[in-house]
Amino acid sequence: MGRLVFDGVTKRFGDVVAVDHLDLDVADGELLVLLGPSGCGKTTALRMVAGLEALDEGTIAIDGQVVNDVEPKDRDIAMVFQTYALYPHLTVARNIEFPLRQRGLDREERGRRVREVAVTLGLEPYLNRKPGQLSGGQRQRVALARAIVRQPQAFLMDEPLSNLDAALRVQTRADIVALQDRLGTTTLYVTHDQVEAMTMGDRIAVLSAGVLQQVAPPQDLYDRPGNTFVAGFLGSPGMNLMGGALVEDQAGATARVSGGSVPLTADRAALARAAGSLTVGVRPEALALDPAGTLEASVVIVEALGAEAHVICKLPDGTRLVVRQEAGRHRPQLGEAVRVAVEASGVHLFGAADGRRLEAAA
Amino acid sequence: MIRGVELAEAGPVRRRARRVREAGLGYLLLLPALCVFGVFVFYPFARNFKLALYQTPPYPNLPSTYVGLHQVGQVLSSSNFLESLVTTVLFVVFIVPAGLLIGLFLAVVAQRQLRGIAAYRVIFSSTVVTSVAVSALVFYSLMNPVVGLLPWLGISPHPSVLENTTWALPAVAVMAVWQFIGMSFIIMSAGLQALPEDVLEAAKVDGASTWTSFWRVTVPLLSPTLFFALVVAMIYAFQTFGQIDILIGYQNAAYEHVNVLIYNIYTTLVYEENPGRAAVMSIALFAITLVLTVLQLRILERRVHYGR
Amino acid sequence: MAADALSATALGPSAPHASVPDASARRRRSRRGRLAVRYALLTAGALIVLFPMYMTVVNSLLAPALLDRQPPLLFPVHPIWDTYVRAWTMGHLGVYLRNSVIQTAIIVTGQLVTSILAAYSFVFLRYPLRRTLFIVFLSTMMIPFEVTMITNLDTIDSLGWYNSFQGLTVPFLATGFGTFLLRQAFLQIPKDLKEAAALDGYGHFRFLARVAVPLARPVVAALAVFSFLSAWNQYLWPLLVTGDNDNVRTVQIGLKALQGSQIQDLNVTLAGAVIAVAPLLILLVIFQKQLVRSLTGAVK
Repeated sequence: MGRLVFDGVTKRFGDVVAVDHLDLDVADGELLVLLGPSGCGKTTALRMVAGLEALDEGTIAIDGQVVNDVEPKDRDIAMVFQTYALYPHLTVARNIEFPLRQRGLDREERGRRVREVAVTLGLEPYLNRKPGQLSGGQRQRVALARAIVRQPQAFLMDEPLSNLDAALRVQTRADIVALQDRLGTTTLYVTHDQVEAMTMGDRIAVLSAGVLQQVAPPQDLYDRPGNTFVAGFLGSPGMNLMGGALVEDQAGATARVSGGSVPLTADRAALARAAGSLTVGVRPEALALDPAGTLEASVVIVEALGAEAHVICKLPDGTRLVVRQEAGRHRPQLGEAVRVAVEASGVHLFGAADGRRLEAAA
Repeated sequence: MIRGVELAEAGPVRRRARRVREAGLGYLLLLPALCVFGVFVFYPFARNFKLALYQTPPYPNLPSTYVGLHQVGQVLSSSNFLESLVTTVLFVVFIVPAGLLIGLFLAVVAQRQLRGIAAYRVIFSSTVVTSVAVSALVFYSLMNPVVGLLPWLGISPHPSVLENTTWALPAVAVMAVWQFIGMSFIIMSAGLQALPEDVLEAAKVDGASTWTSFWRVTVPLLSPTLFFALVVAMIYAFQTFGQIDILIGYQNAAYEHVNVLIYNIYTTLVYEENPGRAAVMSIALFAITLVLTVLQLRILERRVHYGR
Repeated sequence: MAADALSATALGPSAPHASVPDASARRRRSRRGRLAVRYALLTAGALIVLFPMYMTVVNSLLAPALLDRQPPLLFPVHPIWDTYVRAWTMGHLGVYLRNSVIQTAIIVTGQLVTSILAAYSFVFLRYPLRRTLFIVFLSTMMIPFEVTMITNLDTIDSLGWYNSFQGLTVPFLATGFGTFLLRQAFLQIPKDLKEAAALDGYGHFRFLARVAVPLARPVVAALAVFSFLSAWNQYLWPLLVTGDNDNVRTVQIGLKALQGSQIQDLNVTLAGAVIAVAPLLILLVIFQKQLVRSLTGAVK
């Protein structure tokens, strides 16, 4: 029903390619997150679905129908803006009612729907207030209410949580997921916050400089990042990346990196053999401070976070390494020389030239 | 001991000295402006009331006699004054809505980022640099019965437009509207550009057609600007003087039909040399503009929506 | 699995409905249609606004005999450029323009200086009755010219300033509106900036000149433009305080005089009008963006 399809969608602003031949299929009822750093094209892509930006190439189809030339108002989609974009001169009730007025519903029906939505989002006490009299969180809910009252085929959300404070953000995140689950409406959600993406998305589409890097469910993205960009972007902190080369001797196969070596399992060694120079990736939780470790590094700073600590070290060639340490362990001193052990099963290999993940041919 | 006492006192004394110095500087910086205001604004304002109460003698060099409110009553009920009042009202009613609507229309049409739009914007704002004298001469030539455009358009009343008791006022009004278009356009354009883009986009996505979106979203959001433009337009309309002087002038047969209050005050002062009458009329004009401004503030400001 | 990792599932677009190509072509045509309408409206508006000035220029270049032609000529086939020279000399326009420039320069400078000083006093200095005095300043905006002009004429007369630049300019050297604008601008300057400057040894005048005014530059520019236009445009007051005196007559009154003396030769009068407005039009074209920005500063 509410399936969204991007086919070769491209958008240029002058010389800059904001969105580069994007192919993406959002299934009906799915919450797909467009994730990436600022300037990666995710908001532009969203606005093209809304009809607020024109496409230079490609097509966008909603529910099987190509909508490139359809006016925003005829596309049957609703949008939640980052700045909420509420009508400042109208009350909350009228704000929510606004999209219904153009649809030829009679007054009773409109009132009923507005009330229904207000109850769902806890906005009843505020129906007669104006947006200027509401807090940020309340305004955000009004923006949501205005979007859902129309029962559209798809929701478009442009970083709706970025203007909320941290605590409110966590709460609202859960509310939005629950709401979307209940309504079952296809949702395209844009954010630069990978924690939001990981906790909310059915799938995440990672974008960088207008190019789609990878699209997969959150855990897949985390466990098997398709390139060094995704590997570094997801996870807090992101994956550690080191330049390396395969070395094989009687002891076994390892990847020689600055400061020492990283153990390789047999299958990984096979992949490394086929490739040229390598980028070796290891997540902080696959590292440990161990006097028997195979890497030598010096401690730059220790970030104590309560339940755990991040020990940020430096390899001889300057590469940063973040090691996750559990609570209660002995914290090293700044500048101390330490040895780091690497869990072989937690090693990811990427081609040094293109950053692509090395995989066994299926 | 003595030193301790000195130090203890030095603090507050020094502070007081500093405050006095600051106050002195404060007043000093206001002095130039206050002098100008005192001599050329407040004193004349007060004296105007006094002048209104004294009847000017028929010959100069005779003292003017105090007649109190009698003169006020006489002037305000005179047909000359009342006609002037009616003319002024007609003039304002013609100019203000026309000027505002045309400016708004042009601003809306020129709002998009189209190719060459900058040239159009310059053209639409251009009348703001035409001075009173220039505009008047431009239209003087256009409306001249022999030289102008009107015969070609089929408009040849007798007497000619600028001497015609029926047509003189509309003619001047048309000219005044033309001159005001530049200012109106600039104000409306500025207001339109300051509108929050995302709210307008939300309206698009919410299904509002261009027409609905304009009346239900754009205009309410634009209301502070519209209000400001209205105030400016009113001041402009009431102060229209030079155009009348150049286009029509005192000697003209139609002069009485374009004799708006400000013009009347001028001719009474300069040609009839009757400051008493002039003072009464100027107070009347002042009262009218004051009441209108207050009314506007009361009635309209409530309906003006100021941002988020 | 592997395919999944790198590229999005690339499904081709589902087969479009048969009517879609027609519908989208139709929509594209309607969008182009709307664009054409917009350009038509823009051009119509531009023609209407420009037409009076255009005809004036045309008429100024015609021979007086041709002026009477009906329908009026829309293009000067044999333009007489000499008319402009005559307008300049017979209309004394050089002198009048000079006078206008002097009068306007004095007024603009005066208004800027008094407004800046007063605004600085209201914002950065403390003294009793400060609020009251500010309201006094504001109240001058409510007292219109027609009320004060009668007495001002007498005052100028008794000071012997009739037919002088003092008479033309002194009553306008201060403005409540300008002080209001600049006070708003100065209020935007963060307080700690003044304190930091004080620590760095900046006295009041250094701070005003080096920090406050530069930071308020857009508003100062706005006020300058506004003052310039209203001073240049003055008509009633110069008419009252200057007579037939070439030393002080401004170009606005000069144009009226030209009209009076050249009743027969309208083309000369019109040439004078064009000369009077041309410099401002050129300035407008060059500084268009700044002008708009400055005049809209007052809207906020």
